[in-house]
Amino acid sequence: MIDLQGFGHQLLLGAWMTIRLALAALVLGLGLGLLGAVMKSSRLRPLRIAGDLYSTLFRGVPEFVVVLLIYFGSTSVLTTVSGWFGGGFVELSPFAAGTFALAVCFGAYATEVFRGALLTIPYGQYEAGQALGLSKARIFRRIVLPQLWRIALPGLGNLFMVLMKDTALVSVIGLEEIMRKAQIATGATKEPFTFYLAAACMYLCITIVATIGLQLLERRTNRGIRRVHA
Amino acid sequence: MNFQLMWDSLPQLLQGAVLSLQLVAVSGILGLALALPLALGRISSNPLISAFPYAYIFFFRGTPLLVQLFLVYYGLGQFEAVRNSIFWPILREAYWCAVITMSLHTAAYIAEILRGAIQAVPVGEVEATRALGMSRVTAFRRIILPRAARIGLPAYGNEVILMLKGSALASTVTLLELTGMARTIIAKTYTPVEIFLAAGAIYLALSFLLVQGFRLLERRWNRHLVRA
Repeated sequence: MIDLQGFGHQLLLGAWMTIRLALAALVLGLGLGLLGAVMKSSRLRPLRIAGDLYSTLFRGVPEFVVVLLIYFGSTSVLTTVSGWFGGGFVELSPFAAGTFALAVCFGAYATEVFRGALLTIPYGQYEAGQALGLSKARIFRRIVLPQLWRIALPGLGNLFMVLMKDTALVSVIGLEEIMRKAQIATGATKEPFTFYLAAACMYLCITIVATIGLQLLERRTNRGIRRVHA
Repeated sequence: MNFQLMWDSLPQLLQGAVLSLQLVAVSGILGLALALPLALGRISSNPLISAFPYAYIFFFRGTPLLVQLFLVYYGLGQFEAVRNSIFWPILREAYWCAVITMSLHTAAYIAEILRGAIQAVPVGEVEATRALGMSRVTAFRRIILPRAARIGLPAYGNEVILMLKGSALASTVTLLELTGMARTIIAKTYTPVEIFLAAGAIYLALSFLLVQGFRLLERRWNRHLVRA
């Protein structure tokens, strides 16, 4: 077995940070994706254009550049803004910047997944909601959202796998997740292969757990749905 | 916002972009070459043959590209045997490490695309090759592979775009591709917003060009499917 020379505990702490980062980015990213999809399906042209710009721009730029831009860029922007109010140096923590950057990237892809799912909901259901006197917000929350979730889940699952792996990028801005911990251990032990392999195994474990979790979720959301057997 | 600075650093950024494109092109082609045997092995009903491609694809799709890159660039040097081998002059170079890692990484994804595409070739067409008395190799070369290439092309295009975005990681192993160049300029000027935005715009332009290129190729390859 791999000898981790006492760094195993540190790597596990890193794994916990990776999981927290991924979940935080997931929650924020789902919100952004939903917002983006609603904007893209809006009747108002400016909203549609804004949604389009968001999903196009952030799907075309590397996640790594977004992480760097948000971490280093936010510092200079926030410091300038705080300067107007007589404040000093302001900095986002690597966790906050990483969460935000990954969420923005996830949201851009999720926008497309949600938009596709929105299209599958028959227009008659909105009309039925209106006929029952439900408000727009209520139609969305009670009728559209529960179905949207089921249809979007497989696509979102794939995106979550990508997100999980993108968390490694945040190590570059110094967040102590799996990769950063492995780097630190490498510095002390001069055994890079051992520790990066250990890191790879941890990502694999997380991926396996996430895959199983997604399968269970899909089974749960699809209960009561008649399936066509080919 | 300092637009003058963005404009002035454009030549350097474009120089980095050339290296980015080079990384993507080389790994895209090498990856495709590696992916074909992997996909064929993955399809095999013999578990002894399909086990390796399965494990390979599982590993490379389940771990981040950054980990794989560090394993190759920093990790391999840990072993005395590697350092003394004839491959060391290659494995010592950041450029080749990036090329090797990106090729191995993308091969896993392309293999899955190819597998899907080969399995999507209509059964009737495969039966027709048998009815015509074609050998399995001929049928594969003449009918199945050309068909699969057309079916898998859009997904391959997506994978190339993902590799363009993945190539940004090469900057972490000292390569001065587009992101690496941007980081170098920022280290000198401390203007992260301007330079990263400029780099992002170049990435957008590159992926747009790639999308258009693949669209042209697709139209050409599938022109028999276009309805008049």
